[in-house]
Amino acid sequence: MDNLILKIDNISKSFPRVKANKNVTFNIRRNSVHALLGENGAGKSTFVKILYGLLKADEGKLIFNGNILNVESPSEARQKKIGMVFQHFSLFDSLSVRENLILGIDNDMSFSNLQKKVNEISDKYDLPLDLDAPINTLSAGQKQRVEIVRILLQDPELLIMDEPTSVLTPQEVESLFKTLNTLLKEGRTILYITHKLEEVINLCEEVTILRDGSVIESSMLENETAESLATKMLGKKLSEIKTDYSYVKNSINFKAHNVSQSFNNPFNTDLKNISFEVKEGEIFGIAGVAGNGQSELMGLLTGESINDVSGSIKFNETEIKNFNPKNRRDLSIAFVPENRLGHSAVPELTLIENVLLSQFPNNNFLKNGMINYKNIEIQAKKIVNDFNVVTPGVDVKASSLSGGNLQKFVIGREILSNPRLLIISHPTWGIDAGAEHSIRKSLIELAKSGTSVIVISQDLDELIEISHRISVIFNGKLSKSFDTNKISISEIGLLMGGNNFD
Amino acid sequence: MIDFIPELKARGNPSSIMNFSVPIIAVTLTIITGSIIFAIMGFDPFFALTTFFISPISNSYGISELLVKATPLALIAVGLSFCFKNNLYNIGAEGQLTMGAVVGGGIGIYFHDTQGFWVLPLMVCGGAIGGALWATIPAFLKIRFNTNEILTSLMLVYIALLILDYLVVGPWKDPNGFSFPKTRKFGDSGRMPILFSGLRVHFGIIITLIGIFVSWLIFSKTMLGYQLKVTGFSPIASRYAGFSQNKLIYIAFIIAGACAGIAGLGEVSGPIGLLYRDISPNYGFTAIIVAFLGRLHPIGIVFASLVIALTYLGAEDAQLFMQIPAAVGFVFQGLVLFYLLGAELLVNYKIVFRKKI
Amino acid sequence: MNLEIILGIIQIILIATTPLVFAGIGELVTEKTGVLNLGVEGMMLIGAVTAFVTLVITGSYFLAFLVSILSGALMSGLFAYLVLILMSNQVATGLALTIFGIGLSSMIGKQYIGTPITGFNPYFFVIISFVIVFLVHYFFYKTKLGLVFRAVGESHHSSHALGYSVIKIRLLGIIFGGCMCGLAGSYMSICYAPMWQENMIAGRGWIALALVVFATWKPRRILVGAYIFGGVSILQMNLQAWGVNFPGQFFNMAPYLVTMIVLVIISSNRLRIKLSAPASLTIPFFKGR
Repeated sequence: MDNLILKIDNISKSFPRVKANKNVTFNIRRNSVHALLGENGAGKSTFVKILYGLLKADEGKLIFNGNILNVESPSEARQKKIGMVFQHFSLFDSLSVRENLILGIDNDMSFSNLQKKVNEISDKYDLPLDLDAPINTLSAGQKQRVEIVRILLQDPELLIMDEPTSVLTPQEVESLFKTLNTLLKEGRTILYITHKLEEVINLCEEVTILRDGSVIESSMLENETAESLATKMLGKKLSEIKTDYSYVKNSINFKAHNVSQSFNNPFNTDLKNISFEVKEGEIFGIAGVAGNGQSELMGLLTGESINDVSGSIKFNETEIKNFNPKNRRDLSIAFVPENRLGHSAVPELTLIENVLLSQFPNNNFLKNGMINYKNIEIQAKKIVNDFNVVTPGVDVKASSLSGGNLQKFVIGREILSNPRLLIISHPTWGIDAGAEHSIRKSLIELAKSGTSVIVISQDLDELIEISHRISVIFNGKLSKSFDTNKISISEIGLLMGGNNFD
Repeated sequence: MIDFIPELKARGNPSSIMNFSVPIIAVTLTIITGSIIFAIMGFDPFFALTTFFISPISNSYGISELLVKATPLALIAVGLSFCFKNNLYNIGAEGQLTMGAVVGGGIGIYFHDTQGFWVLPLMVCGGAIGGALWATIPAFLKIRFNTNEILTSLMLVYIALLILDYLVVGPWKDPNGFSFPKTRKFGDSGRMPILFSGLRVHFGIIITLIGIFVSWLIFSKTMLGYQLKVTGFSPIASRYAGFSQNKLIYIAFIIAGACAGIAGLGEVSGPIGLLYRDISPNYGFTAIIVAFLGRLHPIGIVFASLVIALTYLGAEDAQLFMQIPAAVGFVFQGLVLFYLLGAELLVNYKIVFRKKI
Repeated sequence: MNLEIILGIIQIILIATTPLVFAGIGELVTEKTGVLNLGVEGMMLIGAVTAFVTLVITGSYFLAFLVSILSGALMSGLFAYLVLILMSNQVATGLALTIFGIGLSSMIGKQYIGTPITGFNPYFFVIISFVIVFLVHYFFYKTKLGLVFRAVGESHHSSHALGYSVIKIRLLGIIFGGCMCGLAGSYMSICYAPMWQENMIAGRGWIALALVVFATWKPRRILVGAYIFGGVSILQMNLQAWGVNFPGQFFNMAPYLVTMIVLVIISSNRLRIKLSAPASLTIPFFKGR
C-alpha cells in the first residue's frame, strides 16, 4: 500500500478579490500527524474546505488512497473516511449528547446499537460521555469530545482538526493529545491545522507551511525549531525601515494597566492583564494571529464592550474604562473598527448621513436636537476631497462605494474630527493596493500632527511599516513592546506563535 | 421543455425604484385578483369593482366616511412605523388603542357634566397616556428580560379587551342604559367637534395630520429620528455611534402606544361619544397592514390608509348592493398584504434567467 | 358538588377544548421547527366553513372533514410559500393569513348561515385529539425525523451545516399545522356548534397560540394547558350561577397573564432550554448566509 494517504496536486482556488490557494502541492504520509501552519489569510481554511467537500477547487486534484477524490458534500467526505472537527462546533444546545450524535451520523443506527458503539469508543479513547446530558451543560472540552466521538463513529482514516486547542484549558489540551496519540497508534492519519508553534513542535512529525496561498515548504519537523518555523511562516520582510521617530513626544497620552476582561463564553478570548502605553505622536502596533483577543481588545478600547472589566485605562489622566463610545469621543478619541458595512458605516444610509454616526464635541451638526444637514454636507465633501474618496457624490449610499473608498471615507471622517487618539483595527484589510498606500500615509501624517495612534492588525508588514513600537497579542495576553527599528522577525514570529510569553 | 430557469440573485444595493413600486404592484394585483373572485361568484367584474372601489367615494358624504375610517388607521400606522423601523414587532396596537380609549374615555365619563374647553384636550392626553403605558409593558419586558415582544404585545390585547368589557358591564355601566353593555355618554365638552355639518368627519383628522407631520419631522430632521433609523438598519453601528438602545426601544413603543391610544380615544369621542365593547373593527391589526403598505413612510402611510379605508367602505357597499358579507373587505386587505410581502422580495433580489445546461 | 356535577363539568371541558388541542398541537409542530404562524384563527375559520359547506352539499361527514384538512393545508401552503421561498416576514404574513381567512370564510359561508345540519359525535374527536397528541410526542422524542425537526428549530444553521434541508422540514411542519387548524375548525362547525356563523371561532385561534407557549412547546402539555384554559372559562361562566360575585373577565384574563409570565421565564437562556423553546423561532433562514 502506498505510504502516502493523500497527495495534493496543484490545488488552486480563487475568489472575487483574492487567490486563496495557488498551486498547493504537498503529500501527507499515512499514519502521521501532519501540521498545516500559516497566518490568517494564508489559505488553510480554504484548502481544508475543499478537502471536506464544502468548496470546489478551480484546478488541481486530490488523490486519496490512490484514487481521485471527488466529494461534493461533507457527508460524502465522511463516507470516504475523511472526518473533520471544526473550530466552531455544530452542536445543538437543548438536545442531549445522544441526540447530537444521532444527528451527526449519516447512516441510521438503532438506539441500542448507538449506545454500544459509543461505549466502545469512549472506553478505547478515554472519551467518557454522558449520553443523556444536555449539550449546554458541557464544557468546551467536553463538547469537543462529542464532536470527536461523532466523527469516530464513522471510522475515519484521515482526521482533520481545525485549531482544536483554541477553546481548551491546558488540562483539556493534554487530554486531547492523549486521544490523538491513541488514534495514531491505530493507524489513522491526522491533519492538524494551527498557528501555535509549540503544538507543532510537540505533536507533529511533518509540517506544511502556507503563506499567501502558496506552499512555502513541506518537510519533516526534526530539522526545524520554533524560530525557524516562525521565520518561514512570516516570510522575508523588511526592506529598509523608514519609520521616523523624530516627532514622537515623551509625554504619555494613553495608559492601559493590568486590564482584564472575562466573557464566560468559549468563543470569546478572555483578556488577561493587558498593559501598554502610547506616547503623543506615536503609532503603537498590536500584532497577532486572528482569534487571539483582537476583537475583544478593540471592543474594550472603543467602549462598545465594557462588561466585567478590571484594571485601568487612562487617557490623559482620565479613567475611561467605563465610558461608552460617545463619552470617549467627547474626549477626542476616535475609532475605526475592522468591519465597515454594518459597523463603522451603515450601508443603507448616504455618505452624508454616515458622517453623523461619529459625533465629536467640535462638530456643528446639531442644533437643539435638529440636524443641520448643510453643515454635514460640507464636512462630507471635505472628507471626500482630502482623502481622495472615489464616489459620484456625497448623497450616494455607503453600500455603493468600493471597500477601499469606504474605508478612506471612514478614516477621513475620524481624522478630520481632530482626535487626540485614534484606535484602528485592520486598517487595510480587503482593500486594493492604491487605497492601502494612501491610508497608511494618512495614519503617519496624523501621528506627525501629535495624535497618538493604536493599530491592531494581522498584517505584520503593515505594522512594521507604520508603527514606532510593536507588541504581540496571543491568547488574550499582550507581550512587551519593541521598537520597530530594533526588532527581529523571528522574535515576533515566536511571540505570534505563542512562544516566549511570560 | 423549459430552457431557462428563473433564479433569485441578490442585488448589490436595494432598489429604490422597486421600493416605491412594490405597493403599487401589490394594489394592482389585488384589484385583478378581486375582479377574478367576483367573476367566479357570478358578478360582472366591472360592476363589482365599481361598487367596491368607486361608488363609496362618489359623493362628499362618502369621502367624509373615507376620512373617518382612514384617520385612526393612519395615526396608529404612523406610530407603529417607529417600532417596525426598528425591528420591534409591536402587534398589540389594538390593545394600546383600547387602553387609550379606556383612560381618555374614563376622563370623559368623569367630567360628563362639566363644561370647559379643556375637557377634550385632557381626554386626548389621557388617551395618549393610556396607550403609551400599555405599550411600555412589552418594552420593559424586552429590555429587562429579553422577552420577545410579539407574543407579549399580543397577549396584552386580549387583556385590554377584557378590561374594557369589565368596565362597560360593571362599574362604568350607564345607570340609565337599560343594561346595555355601554357607559353613559360623555358631555358635550368631551366630544370631538364635527368639522363640516352633516358629515361625520371630526377633529380627530386634524390630530392625525399633526401626528403625521410631527412623525415626518422627527424621522427626517431630528437626531432621535436618525438614531431610530440607524438602530433599525444596524444595531452594531448604533452601538458604535454610542446610541442608547434601551432608550430608543422605550421611545419607539411609547410613541406607538400614544398614537394608538389617541386614535382609540378619537374613535369613542367622535361620532359615538361613549365607551362600549366593540370600539374598533380590528383597526389595531389593520393598521399594521397600512404601515407595511405605506412602506413605513409618513406619506406612504397617508395613501395606504386611504386605500385600506376604501376596502372597509367598499365592503359595506358590496354588502348593500351585491349581498356579499362585509367581511369581503378583509379578503382584499389580506390579499394586498400577501402581494406586498411577496413583491417585497424584488427590492433586494432580482429575477435572472439561467440557461439550463 | 357531587360526582355527577364534576363529571358533567369534565365532559363540558373536554368537548369545549378539543378545538384548542387540535390547533395547539398543529401550531406547536410548526413552531418547533422555528416558524411562527399567526394565521391560526384564519385557518380554523376556513376549515370550519369548508367542512360545513361540503357537508351540506354532499351529506358526507368523511368528505367534510377531509376537505377541511385539505383547505387548512392549502392555506398554510400559501403561508409556507411566502415565508420559506419568498422569505417574507413571518409575523406580517401570518396576520395577513388570519385577516384573509376571516374574510374568505365569511364569503364562502354567507348563503349557508342558518342551514341546519345534524351534528357529528364530538367524543370521536376528543379521542382523536388525544391520539394525535401522543403520536406527536412519540414522533418528536422517539424518531430520527422528529429529532431533526427539533434540531432545525434549535439551530437552523447547524442543521444546514449537517446537511439537513431546513426548508423541507419547515414546510412539513407548517402543512401539518394547517391540517390540524382546518380540522379544529371543522370540529367547531360540525361537532361543537354545530352550525356555521360568521367569525364563529371567536378568538380561539389566538388562545391556541398562547397555549403553545403555556405548554412550553411540549406536546403532552398541550392537553394539560387546553383543559386549564378551557376549565378557566367554564368556571368563569358558572361563577354567577354559583353566587360568586367576582368579575368573570379577570378569570378570563388569567391564561393570558400566565402565558406572559411563562414568556418572561423562558427568556433566560438556561430556562429556555430547560423548557425546550425553539431558539430559531421567527428568525428566517437564508441559505448560505
